[in-house]
Amino acid sequence: MRAKAKLYPKEAARLLREKPGVREAVTGATLHFERNRLKAYAEVPIEEWRERAKAVKDHVLTHLDHYLELAERRLRENGVQVHWAETPEDAHRVLREVVHRRGVKRAVKAKSMLTEELGVNPLLESLGVEVYETDLGEYLIQLLGEPPSHIVGPAIHLSLGEIQKLFHARFGTPLDASPEALAQVARRVLREAFLSAELGLSGANFLVAETGTLALMENEGNIRLSTSLPKVHVAFVGIEKLLPRFADLALFLPLTARAATGQRLATFVSLIQGPAREGEEGPEEVHVVLVDHGRTALLHDLEAWETLRCLRCGACLNACPVYRQTGGHPYGYVYSGPIGAVLDPGLLTLEEAYPLPYASTLCGACYEACPVKIPIPRLLLTWRHRAAEEGLTPSWEHGAMRAFRKVMESPALYRLFSKGLRGLPLPQDLLPLLKAWTEGRGPLRPSPKPFHELWKEVADGR
Amino acid sequence: MRVALFITCLADQFYAEAGVAAVRLLRALGVEVDFPEGQTCCGQPAFNAGHWDEARPLAKRTLEVFEEAEYVVLPSGSCASMVKNHYPELLPGNREALAMAEKTYELSQFLVRVLGVEKLGEGLKGRKVAYHHGCHALRELGVREEPLLLLQNAGAEVLPWEAWEECCGFGGLFSVKLPEVSLAMADRKLATLPEAEVLTSTDAGCLLHLSGRMGKKGLGLRVAPLATLLWEAYAG
Repeated sequence: MRAKAKLYPKEAARLLREKPGVREAVTGATLHFERNRLKAYAEVPIEEWRERAKAVKDHVLTHLDHYLELAERRLRENGVQVHWAETPEDAHRVLREVVHRRGVKRAVKAKSMLTEELGVNPLLESLGVEVYETDLGEYLIQLLGEPPSHIVGPAIHLSLGEIQKLFHARFGTPLDASPEALAQVARRVLREAFLSAELGLSGANFLVAETGTLALMENEGNIRLSTSLPKVHVAFVGIEKLLPRFADLALFLPLTARAATGQRLATFVSLIQGPAREGEEGPEEVHVVLVDHGRTALLHDLEAWETLRCLRCGACLNACPVYRQTGGHPYGYVYSGPIGAVLDPGLLTLEEAYPLPYASTLCGACYEACPVKIPIPRLLLTWRHRAAEEGLTPSWEHGAMRAFRKVMESPALYRLFSKGLRGLPLPQDLLPLLKAWTEGRGPLRPSPKPFHELWKEVADGR
Repeated sequence: MRVALFITCLADQFYAEAGVAAVRLLRALGVEVDFPEGQTCCGQPAFNAGHWDEARPLAKRTLEVFEEAEYVVLPSGSCASMVKNHYPELLPGNREALAMAEKTYELSQFLVRVLGVEKLGEGLKGRKVAYHHGCHALRELGVREEPLLLLQNAGAEVLPWEAWEECCGFGGLFSVKLPEVSLAMADRKLATLPEAEVLTSTDAGCLLHLSGRMGKKGLGLRVAPLATLLWEAYAG
């Protein structure tokens, strides 16, 4: 997927102006998730869990070569075909081969952000394959031709009314059909797809190196069907998704569920150990595509590698008051919200992902929510610093900052500025920055006297 | 005990009364107060925007200005955190930065944690207060209970506010670089604001942003920096 991150400021403003319903839908849903997460965190010694999870992920990431080779070995022993994809094209090659060899006409797909990165759907469509997103939210946005706007709740920006309209136009359901009735319609369509598809596609929440086990979490049952009914299952796994031991799932499955939705465990957890054996039902072929797509380079970045701990739980999006105003679309790339703002510059280039690191007030809510303690605010600062160093920030900003520094370096100039702020009729509507302030907040009203003048009055006594 | 007041540039210009209140309050509690006149800005706006080369000289000169101080007290959580948490990052290996980080406090934090004061007086009896947790005070300094304790012990009723720990949308340059998002965030805060007499917070930036937005929306609530209310708590 091409990044359109550059458009963030304009797109965010446009969305707020033209589609106020998105803000309402996203705020409502994220606050709901956030309340559930807080409750779920409070039930357990969450600080110990987070520290432990961070330590496990750091261990994997700093011994990644070892665990990748171990995982590959175990997967092959389990009868899984393992592929390495450095680029989306490498992943496409694997899919093309499977589609041609097995004569695939129809594919069912479990929710996976990585497949968004890789552009799996457009590729399959170009090969004449009919692709069905089977997660209900993903199915909705597929019908609308939109990308996901949230890692966990891809259709978080849609209101019930919009979904009713969509289904009315598409399937002829009444405009006031209940959510249950709409789900029934989707279920009917998707059932048919599950039963007839030759290919099932998925991502993975975790890949256990010790046993070669893929772990997938979900609430709808569609992942289980997508990965077990078709004769071929292809799973795309980012190389950062490894866990060393099977026992680590005992921490990571409940932690991810608590962080993502406030559940103690996801409704369904599928542990996939390879293709069907003699006398079993299930896929004849299981492929695991281990995807790099910028991850190795990010791992080598000493200031930003910690981003790779990310579990894709979406907790930081739910906690982020900036994300809540618009949802994920204005961010312009697969990963939005706080994690997108620090991961996208690492997976893409900073130039492509600029100005996402500025889509934050540095409020720190993301860090408190993150189950693996990714220091997102610190990473935002790091990317901003690099953006300024690389000259990506606008020249007016650099000029303004230099002038600001010059004034603040000299108490005499600062005092002069202070007098100017009061004495001169400020052209508040003329300076663009001031205008951006005053338009929504009215004119700036300084105190009659600055404190440094009042100090002389309070200096001796009361 | 001797304290150097770091007024911070925003409070100096827009909430000068917070400085007067802080000086009066500290003196009333038996603390001598200095105001090193060379002080200007801590450099946070440049630091947060990524322009560390512009922020660094301001951090260095701030270290010099406050070198002699026993304690540095700021009526701002955000600037206090800049000094405490970010100076050591901005100036790695700088001993003075570590020394200043050690002795720097946000005002309510200083009152409760250093002076051990939990009750200033009863000057806020019956007053209905809405308290906005400034993000950096709350999440970077861990100042959560101190302001509430001081307000409540002075008789104020701190009203429940669903969004009190949510960011108001100020965010320094964020407020003018992404004004639409910034204002939408303020509107979310204000839409849930309880029926208080006064809105207060540790941070001038948040208050400037919120009070401006309230003015635009015709909300006539008094907005006062925490320092001002704490002085009222003491003096009645």
